[in-house]
Amino acid sequence: MPSLKDVKMKIVGVGKTKQITKAMNMVASAKLRGAQARIERFRPYAAKYHDVLAELSRKVEGNAHPLLSEHDEKKNCAIVMITSDRGLCGSFNGNIISAAMKLAKEKAEAGMQVSFSCVGRKGRDAVRASVYEAFSAHADRMGSIDFGLASTVAQEVINGYEAMAYDEVWLVYGEFVSMGHQPPRTLCLLPLSTPGADEAGEEEAQASGEARCEYVYEPEEEKLLAELLPSYVKVQVYRGLLDTSASEHAARMAAMDNATRNCNEMIGMLTLLYNKTRQASITSELIDIVGGAEALNG
Amino acid sequence: MGTLQLEVVTPDKTVVSAQVEMVVCPGVEGEFGVLPQHVSLLSALKIGALRYRAEGKDEYVFISGGFADVNNNVLSVLAESAEQAADIDAARAQAARERAEKRLAEKQEGLDQVRAEAALQRAMTRLQVVQFLG
Repeated sequence: MPSLKDVKMKIVGVGKTKQITKAMNMVASAKLRGAQARIERFRPYAAKYHDVLAELSRKVEGNAHPLLSEHDEKKNCAIVMITSDRGLCGSFNGNIISAAMKLAKEKAEAGMQVSFSCVGRKGRDAVRASVYEAFSAHADRMGSIDFGLASTVAQEVINGYEAMAYDEVWLVYGEFVSMGHQPPRTLCLLPLSTPGADEAGEEEAQASGEARCEYVYEPEEEKLLAELLPSYVKVQVYRGLLDTSASEHAARMAAMDNATRNCNEMIGMLTLLYNKTRQASITSELIDIVGGAEALNG
Repeated sequence: MGTLQLEVVTPDKTVVSAQVEMVVCPGVEGEFGVLPQHVSLLSALKIGALRYRAEGKDEYVFISGGFADVNNNVLSVLAESAEQAADIDAARAQAARERAEKRLAEKQEGLDQVRAEAALQRAMTRLQVVQFLG
């Protein structure tokens, strides 16, 4: 049986852990609010971009730009993986990493050379420990993401794709679906599938009803597309960054909430043990006293 | 005369959202003006100053390239960064300009010429926009 003092100390210790997890939960919820607001502010930009590109891609041929055309030979594959910098957020990073590794394995089995570009320390460490190469890593940037970072990451793969160094580029990140659900999302970044290509049919059906107003393009469509497509890759990477950051905080909130609950449970059990131990020691002391008195009375 | 809706959006926020009488955009093939009831237009923009008139007053916005889309009397400008003239940090732009000039003058190895030139252009345009204001 543990001594009274041991149990007391354990209770105090768990209580302190609980304070920490509770504080982390509150910090994560405050940061989540910020991250969600950023997603909200980004939405009009992304939506407009999508519209414009869909409109434009209806006008030009499928292979009008190197970023749209598929490479004939597929030998090299690049995976852009976005994770968080810090742990203590449940299985969030683990899920993203295993999704990326699964993809890498598929590509390797298809005979491709796989290399990684990592944003976030957890992802970088995982790639280092794996058999794959990381051609670029941006650690400790998740706390201060901006469009510049998305731009740098995207530009690396765009340059690689145009120089035929990569034949496929994939993006893996933690999608923010809801507070309780942040699944890893895998997305083909390059070759680009033009937005609206799949929904073009149904939109065209709508368009035939009402006369579509003709657009004036300046400069001509192909040149405009050459300006817009690289930025579209950046927009997608930025979206990945924003989503991952919001998901990270949501996952951490959930994990810390769980931890706080576990602490409460543990404190309850330890308090029970403490009281039992105290009673046991009182009982044994009483027996001692009573036994001593009996002996004196003889 | 009517008005048209001007929206200047960047990935981080909506910079301008207002009813305006006229907009002059820095297009890649020269400046162009947009008045209410303009025909649908999609144009790439270069680094420059966007000017608009709202309630008889001229306002300037710095645009770091991007594109403009006119449709249904709404002009949306999408730029990687955009700042109202009053929000521009002149000291920072000045410092950026000096840094870029130095980098271009030194011509070190591994210098990204295009990027340095773009940085210089951005800094100089920002300073110009600030001067318009003053």
